[in-house]
Amino acid sequence: MRHRGLGLAALLALLAALAPRSSAAPEPALWPMPLSVKTSPRLLHLSRDNFSIGYGPSSTAGPTCSLLQEAFRRYHEYIFGFDKRQRRPAKPNGAIELQQLLVTVVLDSECDLFPNITSDESYALLVKEPVAFLKANRVWGVLRGLETFSQLIYQDSYGTFTVNESDIIDSPRFPHRGILIDTARHFLPVKSILKTLDAMAFNKFNVLHWHIVDDQSFPYQSVTFPELSNKGSYSLSHVYTPNDVHTVIEYARLRGIRVLPEFDSPGHTQSWGKGQKDLLTPCYNEHKQSGTFGPINPILNSTYNFLSQFFKEVSMVFPDHFVHLGGDEVEFTCWESNPEIQGFMKQKGFGKDFRRLESFYLQKLLGIVSTVKKGSIVWQEVFDDHVKLLPGTIVQVWKNQVYSEELREVTAAGFPVILSAPWYLDWISYGQDWRNYYKVDPLHFDGSQEQKKLVIGGEACLWGEFVDATNLTPRLWPRASAVGERLWSPENITSVGDAYNRLTVHRCRMVRRGISAEPLFTGYCDYEYKT
Amino acid sequence: MAGCGLCFSLLLAAAFARQAQALWPWPQYIQTSDSHYAIFPYNFQFQYHVSSAAQPGCSVLDEAFQRYRDLLFGSSSWQPPEPTRKQHTPEKNSLVILVVLPGCDQLPSLESVENYTLVINDDHCFLLSETVWGALRGLETFSQLIWRSPEGTFFINKTEIEDFPRFSHRGLLLDTSRHYLPLTSILDTLDVMAYNKFNVFHWHLVDDSSFPYESFTFPELTRKGSYNPVTHVYTAQDVKEVIEYARLRGIRVLAEFDTPGHTLSWGPGFPGLLTPCYSGSRPSGTFGPVNPILNTTYEFMSTFFLEVSSVFPDFYLHLGGDEVDFTCWRSNPDIQAFMKTKGFGNDFKQLESFYIQTLLNIVSAYGKGYVVWQEVFDNKVKVPPDTIIQVWREEVPVNYLKELELITRAGLRALLSAPWYLNHITYGPDWRDLYVVEPLEFEGGAQQKALVIGGEACMWGEYVDSTNLVPRLWPRAAAVAERLWSNKSVTNLDLAFKRLTRFRCELLRRGVQAQPLNIGYCEQEFEQTA
Repeated sequence: MRHRGLGLAALLALLAALAPRSSAAPEPALWPMPLSVKTSPRLLHLSRDNFSIGYGPSSTAGPTCSLLQEAFRRYHEYIFGFDKRQRRPAKPNGAIELQQLLVTVVLDSECDLFPNITSDESYALLVKEPVAFLKANRVWGVLRGLETFSQLIYQDSYGTFTVNESDIIDSPRFPHRGILIDTARHFLPVKSILKTLDAMAFNKFNVLHWHIVDDQSFPYQSVTFPELSNKGSYSLSHVYTPNDVHTVIEYARLRGIRVLPEFDSPGHTQSWGKGQKDLLTPCYNEHKQSGTFGPINPILNSTYNFLSQFFKEVSMVFPDHFVHLGGDEVEFTCWESNPEIQGFMKQKGFGKDFRRLESFYLQKLLGIVSTVKKGSIVWQEVFDDHVKLLPGTIVQVWKNQVYSEELREVTAAGFPVILSAPWYLDWISYGQDWRNYYKVDPLHFDGSQEQKKLVIGGEACLWGEFVDATNLTPRLWPRASAVGERLWSPENITSVGDAYNRLTVHRCRMVRRGISAEPLFTGYCDYEYKT
Repeated sequence: MAGCGLCFSLLLAAAFARQAQALWPWPQYIQTSDSHYAIFPYNFQFQYHVSSAAQPGCSVLDEAFQRYRDLLFGSSSWQPPEPTRKQHTPEKNSLVILVVLPGCDQLPSLESVENYTLVINDDHCFLLSETVWGALRGLETFSQLIWRSPEGTFFINKTEIEDFPRFSHRGLLLDTSRHYLPLTSILDTLDVMAYNKFNVFHWHLVDDSSFPYESFTFPELTRKGSYNPVTHVYTAQDVKEVIEYARLRGIRVLAEFDTPGHTLSWGPGFPGLLTPCYSGSRPSGTFGPVNPILNTTYEFMSTFFLEVSSVFPDFYLHLGGDEVDFTCWRSNPDIQAFMKTKGFGNDFKQLESFYIQTLLNIVSAYGKGYVVWQEVFDNKVKVPPDTIIQVWREEVPVNYLKELELITRAGLRALLSAPWYLNHITYGPDWRDLYVVEPLEFEGGAQQKALVIGGEACMWGEYVDSTNLVPRLWPRAAAVAERLWSNKSVTNLDLAFKRLTRFRCELLRRGVQAQPLNIGYCEQEFEQTA
């Protein structure tokens, strides 16, 4: 950097960054790297007006599948749309033109369904003259394949859209590849969320973990309990209406992305208290109520009545099979101070172990959620504090100290697990921290093959204490892209140098598609971001 | 002084007890009260006082009036309010501006006076300043005083402000070499600088990575040295536009052409300029700093800086001079021979001095003053007494405050940047670290301290381009702006936090993508359609 020692790695990166200036032929840069890629030096050309995406003759999905129709339109734009001033380039002699991409869905297309944890995202892509073929079992694989196809196409030095003949077979390494956004510490306008979903699709992420409420605000507008957001949101213009939520879910579905809502309790619930009387525990100071409140009050029947109704609504609003129930960082001080809670502890024989009270609460909550036919995801404390979990409950590991040990323990107990600990993107530092995210391997822990199979994926988390719509995008991208490749690509894709080169091009591609993804290092994009 | 500091704090506290104060940076003297006046956009106007030296036709102020009108009320047309709503409070329908000295077509300079007096009371709504630059600062303050009731009426409280900057050089550095910044990014930054009363845009135009400045004497420099000679360059017209846009906001443009190091991108466009490095007895094919032993080098510099001197009207140029790496010079047999001839022994600092002194002579012959990075001072280059030294190193060779002490003791003027490298990011509210810096906290008499003419927030570009510039810059740079403008006694972090939180929401309202200081919200969020 200026004026501070350059590390060797940075110097090498600088050289790499400068290289494109001298090297004549641009090349495609796939991100995340597919399972298998064969490319031939044979080049095909494409032109905006002559190229189209359509259906193969045996495809189970056709023009009535609006999910694919919209995707075709989108990707035609991504491929050609950003250079409308471009004159039709003179075709070099003997150039072969690629005129069509034919898409074939093999099995029942699932066109009108929501993606889920078992959705098949695999696809095969064959780019060859005169027609390219994209084949997938379900629409979800088509979406991933279209993204890859769009990444294969580049403009040569004359501006001609070019693609190498290629043969690609691809499927994800992990089925759960998520981004966590936090709309409680700062409200994120729907527009920012939708833009994030776009960028997620460019990186083959498939889960939006929506940490929708927390201590600071309750922007989720509940139909059953409208006072929650009336009183608990930052302002009445800082809420997500049912229509907003629906918009996000459908926008995500069209991109093959699940929306996983998190309603964290019993801690992290200060904002709930404003709109729901007696939900939170009154804290005591010297035998008197202090006027402050702690976690949800776990000893009242009214609490569970409320939760039953609330999660019944949530289970209908959010179509995904899973709900994230939080359960992290429960502070016991307030419970300890409250005489009624003390009485309840005695009666239940919990002694002084408030973790047992926490377990009591969470078990009841897990029961409520399973009666509305939903699966549960919880933060690791719920497992650490020995709450009895139903088989299949997913544990999310977030504590950065010895997370590999935690992975071992959770999987040894037979629970599926999601890894986030090394991927807290809100922790920023100077320089190329994406390299650290990239080097993580979620399966590097002591455990049997069976245990490793229980690692269903991971999530990059962008907590919102210092993040809102002003800095969300450049803070998330391309840093989250490093996590995206780790979760999609085969285990042996680990070269950081190669990743740097591809990611540099991929970030320029995101910029060109309107995502203000920040630079990895010194250098430039052909099309810089303009506000 | 202690007594005054106390009354100052009390004044601050009092101000907060009252209506919507989001002033940033905090003025030198302010008195406000609860009583307030309504302002109605349909009839409000900025007016020149009859005895003002500036009158209609003064571009700096005419355009500023238009800008602030749009900032305050938007560009929509306003209707008179219903009569019932008008009666409650007295009304102000104009701000009267009186500028004492003529001079609307000049450029701001280091010596420009930015003082102003703003009086809003029953009898007056009045802005007095010595120069148009002071009037610009006063207009910004005026715009920050206006608040809006929930019903949508605009108000301004009874207020009296006497204000002037603590330091005369309050700069922001942008680096357009590591990443090219589109012209709009630069112009937008100038707008926000004006909101923060910054008055110097330090334009680090070129460096190792690229040479986007389009020179008309040496067009090959850009053709060969820019990232892309069509899209990633600043044409003569672009540069003019930046300078004029800045002038209209009372901002100087300080151009930096850093030599003899940081010049790799100059090489391809002017073969022979850079030192060929040797590996053993043969040139390795790589290049080092500018070659200081050739006459052609100085001929080039003479011609190049003649152009630069005329393109950039500010009295000062920044000549760089930092981080000269001696390895390449050392490897080159011609340079070794030159060293022997000159009797420099093995002391390459003497060669560096030789280069810089020759360069300084060239530039002073063009009637320019100059700023250089601290190495020039540290390496004991003989510099004329009017040279300005910019301190950027935090601890080496000495702590930056000690460095300021040494520079000013040598009788030279100094600029501080070391604690204000905004490209360095960490988790959390690091604006506090920027804010608590006290530039004059070093040993030395008043005369010595007067030689510290200000400071600069620096946004180096290794990891910054137009995608992340704005949220990384604002509101963090605002902390530096207040330190350089406001009274030394304005140091209370809690009050600063409250004001800065509101100011950042005001920036959002003005369309600036300024990032949050902490948990919370603004009435209108970025990307939120109202």
